Amino acid sequence: MIEQPNLNYVNELAGDDQAFKDQFIAIIKNEFPLEKEEYFGHVENLRVKKTAEIVHKLKHKFNILGMENSYKLAVAYEMELLEGKHNSQSKFVEVLETIDEYIKAI
Amino acid sequence: MNCIIIDDEATARAVVKQLCSKIPELDVVEEFDNAISAIKFLNQQTIDVIFLDIHMPGFSGVDFVQTLKDPPRVVMTTSDTDFAIAAYEYECIVDYLVKPITLARFEKSIEKIKSSSPKKAQAQVTSQQNSPEGEDLYINIDRRLIKLKLNEILVIEAKGDYIDVKTQKEEHRVHTTLKKIKEKLPEKLFLQIHRSYIINFTKIIDIEDNSVLIAKNVVPISRSNRPELMRRLNLL
Repeated sequence: MIEQPNLNYVNELAGDDQAFKDQFIAIIKNEFPLEKEEYFGHVENLRVKKTAEIVHKLKHKFNILGMENSYKLAVAYEMELLEGKHNSQSKFVEVLETIDEYIKAI
Repeated sequence: MNCIIIDDEATARAVVKQLCSKIPELDVVEEFDNAISAIKFLNQQTIDVIFLDIHMPGFSGVDFVQTLKDPPRVVMTTSDTDFAIAAYEYECIVDYLVKPITLARFEKSIEKIKSSSPKKAQAQVTSQQNSPEGEDLYINIDRRLIKLKLNEILVIEAKGDYIDVKTQKEEHRVHTTLKKIKEKLPEKLFLQIHRSYIINFTKIIDIEDNSVLIAKNVVPISRSNRPELMRRLNLL
C-alpha cells in the first residue's frame, strides 16, 4: 500500500504563516501536474535520460510531502532508468496518482 | 546579508525562501530557476550568499560555481548526498544542506556562513582558481598513468617523438609532442621559451641574456620568445 502524502513539513515551516502555506499549496498544485505530464511524455517517447531527470525532480516533492518510502523508491527508480531498467515504474506511477488525488483535495 | 536562491523547482525555492524569512539578518533579493540567469544577475550585483541547488538540468550547481570568477559564499542544497564530496572541493562552498531542510539545520548553516568571513571565502577561491596548486597532470608511461602536480613541473623538453618532463624530484620521458602537452598546461604557470622547451616560469632562479636557470637546468631562450617571457615577468 502506498503511503499517504501529508503537509507536516510544510506546516512546521509555515508556523503561523498561513500566507506561506497557501503559497506553497498553490505552487505544488501548479507544478506537480506539469511535472507528472512531463514524466509520462518522456516515458511514452522512450527518452530515458529525460525520464530520469524528471523522476529526480519529482522525488523532491515526495520528500516535502513526507513520503519517505516513496522517496526511496524514486531514488531506486532513477538509478534503474540510468541503467536501462524500469522495474519500479508501476509503483512510481502509483505514487504519482496518490499525490495527484491528494493535491486536488487540499 | 543579502542572498539569492537558485533552484529549478519552485517548491524548493519557496522552502528556502521561507527558511530565510526566519533569519532576520538575511534578505532574499532574487530567486532564479536556472543558473544562467543567476550569472547575468551576479555580473551586475554583489551578493553575500547563494543558496544553490546542485542538480539542475543542463547547467549544474557545480558547473555554476566553476563559472564564477569571484564567488560569494555558497550553500549547496540537494536531495543527493552523493554530491557532497564534489561540492566541498570548492572553498567558497561553506555548507551543504540535504532536502528537506529543517529550520534547525538551516540555522546551523547560517552560523557557518557568519563564521566564514567574505574576505576569507574570496581569498580561498582565488587561490583555488588562480593558482594551479593542487592541479594535476596525468602522463601515460608504459600504460601506467602517473600523476604529476603541475606546480612541481620545472621544465619540459622536446626530444624527437618524446618529451622529457622534469620535476623537482624526477624526470619522465613521455611519447607525445611539446605542442600537445602545451595545450594541457595553464598559461599562468607555463611558457614556451624555445622551440624545444616549455618552462614553469614561476621556478626561474636567474635569467641571463639568452638562457634561464630553473633549479639546475639551464634552458635557452629563443629570440622570438624572449619578449613574451619578459612581459610575463613584468606581471609578477
